[in-house]
Amino acid sequence: MQRSNNDIWVGLLVLIGAAALLFLALQSANLLSLNFQKTYQITALFDNIGGLKKQAAVKSAGVVVGRVKDIVFDSKTFQAKVIMAIEAQHQFPKDSSLKILTSGLLGEQYIGIDAGADDKNLAEGDKVQDTQSAVVLENLISRFLYSKAAEPAATTGDK
Amino acid sequence: MMVHRLLAHLGWTLRVGLADIGHATRLFWQLLMCAPSCLRRFGLVRDQMHFLGNYSLAIISVSGLFVGFVLGLQGYYTLQRYGSASALGLLVALSLVRELGPVVSALLFAGRAGTSLTAEIGLMKAGEQLSAMEMMAIDPVRRILAPRFWAGVFVMPILSAVFSAVGILGGGVVGVVMIGVDSGSFWGQMQSGVDVWQDVGNGVVKSLVFGTTVSFVALRQGFEAQPTPEGVARATTRTVVLASLSVLALDFVLTALMFTI
Amino acid sequence: MSPSLTPLVVLRDLHFAYGDRPILQGVSLEVPRGKITALMGASGGGKTTVLRLIGGQYKAQSGSLLFDSQEVSQLSHEQLYAARRRMGMLFQFGALFTDISVFDNVAFPLREHTDLPEAMVRDIVLMKLEAVGLRGARDLLPSEISGGMARRVALARAIALDPELVMYDEPFAGLDPISLGTAARLIRQLNDALGLTSIIVSHDLDETFAIADQVIVLANGRIAAQGTPEEVRQSRDPLVHQFVSAEPDGPVQFHYPATGVAQDFGVQSMGVPT
Repeated sequence: MQRSNNDIWVGLLVLIGAAALLFLALQSANLLSLNFQKTYQITALFDNIGGLKKQAAVKSAGVVVGRVKDIVFDSKTFQAKVIMAIEAQHQFPKDSSLKILTSGLLGEQYIGIDAGADDKNLAEGDKVQDTQSAVVLENLISRFLYSKAAEPAATTGDK
Repeated sequence: MMVHRLLAHLGWTLRVGLADIGHATRLFWQLLMCAPSCLRRFGLVRDQMHFLGNYSLAIISVSGLFVGFVLGLQGYYTLQRYGSASALGLLVALSLVRELGPVVSALLFAGRAGTSLTAEIGLMKAGEQLSAMEMMAIDPVRRILAPRFWAGVFVMPILSAVFSAVGILGGGVVGVVMIGVDSGSFWGQMQSGVDVWQDVGNGVVKSLVFGTTVSFVALRQGFEAQPTPEGVARATTRTVVLASLSVLALDFVLTALMFTI
Repeated sequence: MSPSLTPLVVLRDLHFAYGDRPILQGVSLEVPRGKITALMGASGGGKTTVLRLIGGQYKAQSGSLLFDSQEVSQLSHEQLYAARRRMGMLFQFGALFTDISVFDNVAFPLREHTDLPEAMVRDIVLMKLEAVGLRGARDLLPSEISGGMARRVALARAIALDPELVMYDEPFAGLDPISLGTAARLIRQLNDALGLTSIIVSHDLDETFAIADQVIVLANGRIAAQGTPEEVRQSRDPLVHQFVSAEPDGPVQFHYPATGVAQDFGVQSMGVPT
């Protein structure tokens, strides 16, 4: 293959393309935040997970400490079983509680850990007992309407 | 009588159409089979990458910049109605990397490089250069068409990545510098929301598919053009129309395959 | 007959039609080695078609076409390309590659088909260009040279690989008298000096008759006359006679078939033959 002036320009083109791709991968995407750290697995049962998805963040005090690995339906208890991978460097007491929260108005749902006070920490394969399901809008509305309907009955009942 | 003639015409059109599709498939297969010889004579491919890629870089970069600007503006005005202006970075990045980058750069490529390919091959055919090559026992598909095909396939992801990258920077300039969206949330939400393999990777796959489509359509139209000035003009028009529609249709198919949850 | 004396190209009862239009209807001819054969005839008579059939670009519907005793229509892809390496073809307007220089045009077949080092390629190219008198124009682009020069460059390119057969498609069309004379002389000299076999397709009576060894006149898809230039000139066939004498009317009519004159001009009778 003969050498040609075009070599320089094509080389530059490929370099620019690679740089653009690198920029997209690092600056815009989550390549840098890909976790290669050790994690330990814990599970929890929820009545309703709402819009929680796999790969959702697990946060404590607002800081990401792990990810949701898998969500399956437990046909024995008819609840949703969520399997989470928590970074090994973060240890939580055995009586910590989990809540499904929403980030912002249009935000995605994530799991928040409230640390408990137990001496012993959660280990690989442990199950968190204290869980709070996601807020479902329809339930909220029906609860509100029900409480509104119950008010006049309560006041008339008093008389 | 009318129905009879209509049916005959329909049957004839169908037969011609099928023969056309079969012929096109054979040419596509031939181009794919020329890959090893193109690798051996990479100089030819490299020269074509220079003509197709380097000369398209200007229009791709400038277009990407302006699309990024517009995304930044329009995105901000819509998001701030829901108080979610901090998600602007995520909006700009996802729109570009998943859709606008591959698709718009493919459309621009079809218009700029596709037409020049069609015109070049069509004029070579009109000037009997392809015939002369055949008579010199050199296969014009292998020597002329294949290097241009593979150059188009390689160049498309590069151009698409440049388009997206410049667009994101443009969106950043408008959003952060001009409008005043928080720089941390702009880049931070973007980084946590855009997945390398799902979004950027799929975008690269899309641009490869589009590169194949546009290059093949352009080369085939030139190869089959009538060897007259009107024939070449009609062929270049058909290249742009056919390539653009194919890109958009394939985009729908690929998006459905890739991004359905 | 020893192998080197058999004709290089033999057509036997060849039938060829382009779609519905019959072009050749039972043509049989032989092209002797080392000689110049001229194919002549009215436009659209099938002369260029014969060249393309010999080169394998078209396939005849029936009949046989032998190149060096090989049936061209039966050749595989590789065999056909091997046969084409032994042929050179000069297209009507040169068909040079417009984006590269004269030198690179002539070097093209050498670079594609051989692994010769660049120094040798350079020598061969310059020799071929010298043979056609254009060694000094080696760095010009096809857009910078005249039509006559372009055709000479195409000739140099056609003989770059030292073929056995060279086919010329209208080599004299549109040339000025000087270039005409040069081209005719070149064709004759190269044929004799290199031991080539040449087939010329041409309209040009005088130049072609001056250099051809055998003249074949094609008309209506068949051979109307065959022989030395003198024999053809003396032919009594009305079509050949009209062609050779350049008469406007004869078997090939001057008037395209139309309705009567009186009908078109609205005149009842004019005493003019309709």
